[in-house]
Amino acid sequence: MGKRVLVTGLGSFWGGRVAQALEADPDVDVIIGLDTREPGVQLDRTEYVRVDESYSILSRIVRATQVDTVVHTFLVVDSNQGSSRRMHETNVIGTMNLFAAASQPDSRVRNVVVKSSTLIYGSTHADPVWFREDTRRPAFPSLRVERSLLEVEGYVRDYAADNPHVVVSLLRFSNVLGEDIVTPITKALSLPLVPAVFGYDPRLQFVHEADVVRAIMFVLERDLGGIFNVAGDGLLPWSEVVAICAKRLAPLPPVGRKAVAAVLTRLGVDMPVELMELLTYGRGADNRRLKDAGFCYEHTSAGAVHAFAEATRLRSTVGRPRAYRYERDVENFFRHSPAVVREKGPG
Amino acid sequence: MRPMAAEKSPRGRDRRPKLVAVPHGNGDGEAAAVEDEAAEPGADDDLRLSDVDEWGRSQHLREILATLYDPLYRHWFRVEWEGFDKLPREGGALMVANHAGAIPADAPSIMHGIERDLQRPVYGLADDVFKRIPLVNLGWSRLGGVQAHPDNAYRLLREQQHLVMVFPEGSKGPGKHYSERYQLRRFGRGGFVQIAMRAGVPIIPLAIVGNEETMPIVAKIPTLAKALGLPYAPITANMLVLGPLGLLVPFPAKLRIRVLDPVHLDVPPDQPRYSRSRIMDASEDIRHAIQQELYDMLSRRRSVWTG
Repeated sequence: MGKRVLVTGLGSFWGGRVAQALEADPDVDVIIGLDTREPGVQLDRTEYVRVDESYSILSRIVRATQVDTVVHTFLVVDSNQGSSRRMHETNVIGTMNLFAAASQPDSRVRNVVVKSSTLIYGSTHADPVWFREDTRRPAFPSLRVERSLLEVEGYVRDYAADNPHVVVSLLRFSNVLGEDIVTPITKALSLPLVPAVFGYDPRLQFVHEADVVRAIMFVLERDLGGIFNVAGDGLLPWSEVVAICAKRLAPLPPVGRKAVAAVLTRLGVDMPVELMELLTYGRGADNRRLKDAGFCYEHTSAGAVHAFAEATRLRSTVGRPRAYRYERDVENFFRHSPAVVREKGPG
Repeated sequence: MRPMAAEKSPRGRDRRPKLVAVPHGNGDGEAAAVEDEAAEPGADDDLRLSDVDEWGRSQHLREILATLYDPLYRHWFRVEWEGFDKLPREGGALMVANHAGAIPADAPSIMHGIERDLQRPVYGLADDVFKRIPLVNLGWSRLGGVQAHPDNAYRLLREQQHLVMVFPEGSKGPGKHYSERYQLRRFGRGGFVQIAMRAGVPIIPLAIVGNEETMPIVAKIPTLAKALGLPYAPITANMLVLGPLGLLVPFPAKLRIRVLDPVHLDVPPDQPRYSRSRIMDASEDIRHAIQQELYDMLSRRRSVWTG
């Protein structure tokens, strides 16, 4: 019998990508995607269920579908994405409900993958250049999004400790770049003048969007439990990132960074406070644990920046392709109508 | 199933235009670059535009500064080394030295001398005060300064076998009054010994004479230091003689640097912890050795200015 997988955040960039990768896997029988929004990518056999952001009906879904694998991609790692209350509901309450559902007595869940962020290490002046998975943060987390992720990881750890028969993997991704993803960093790099903090030129690390999906599939296939950093090789200065994108820097004042971030955001430049800190002190995550487990990155940090820069140049000439739009009736027709001739499913 | 197979399929039906819309043989090879790079992960030197390494050091900028600093090194401080041959030509080693002068002239002189004559980079471990100050942090890291964190030191010494310099007195050395010159402060909590033990590298003590007189502290303003978030805010003799210019210009005292015999710590590397007493004993031995060497050098010094 193949796997039955539940994907959270199907409408998000990552949920959609992961569902596509799962559909291509013949070992996966059933894919159920949850989100408040409709999927943003075309999916062939994933079942979409609209839920509220904190997943209050999750235990019913888990019981009814008998899923054995949960891929939790739906975490807010950008403090400008909605209010802090929404972030709390999505991250902390959502994760809490997810694990409550997955730890019901009759639950069949044997595999959980959580997509976290290297944001959890913070970005301060006292940091080491490279964070290993078990490096202690030198400074107390001062940002709300960092504390939110710490709480989420606390639930993950508790769940793993209470359910030793479940393989729990926690992946901490560094900043993602690539052809398609839109983040505050890609928005900043698309501005005519790219924000920088005066007097600082921190080294940053990136991971390519394809490597993110490959890493999630990798730990699922190998049943790899534990915490892993997922980040491309090498660090490069922000000034170099901006130069690769053929842009120029606009220095921001180095003092009162929280206020500067708030003013910029008010002015329409998406500058979350955690990005402001990153542009001051930078961050590096040691990616050797996942490599030692056998994972091969297709892109280095510099490679991810180049991929982004090339895609941006191409788009500036030919424009963005038409976005996919989810039509519930059409999707249900193809999945469930007796009129559709379906080949015997894989597996 | 291989991980590749999972990744290929979504790409095929994906809306991403990059590799489909651009013909591969478009001459300049731009579109192919990502794929080339993908074939050989790690070989991304051609993708980099600068030579800034993972520690933030740039060999290029270091060389430019060396050209500017060399006249100062030769004619202003007239740096002279004793026992330079004791410095290793390869392999990691942790150099520890006494630290003095409101803006210490010892660190740049040691780094410059070794990089020039031994042709290998030196990384200096420093307090996070450097990382907090705009521009200062940038210059310091481009020239080889690294945040003094045990993980950084381990990677530099053990995994990359670099030369690393540290001043175990920290800011207590340069921040002391002129009347206490050449009296070594506490060597921290012996962290440098623990780092060398874990990395399995020798400690090379250096004794420097002359740095105390380059920028002597005659008074300190603790309230100003607190307000600026600095470890100390000095009034130096240079300021009294040269006015505001004295903030930056050191006196031309002759710098003499003596390399002591390397200390090999006889413990296995890579242990999670080491005996506190062994650490403190080794730390105190090294401090004592440097202190005795300083007394010896001072007793032979005829003049502050000519040595």
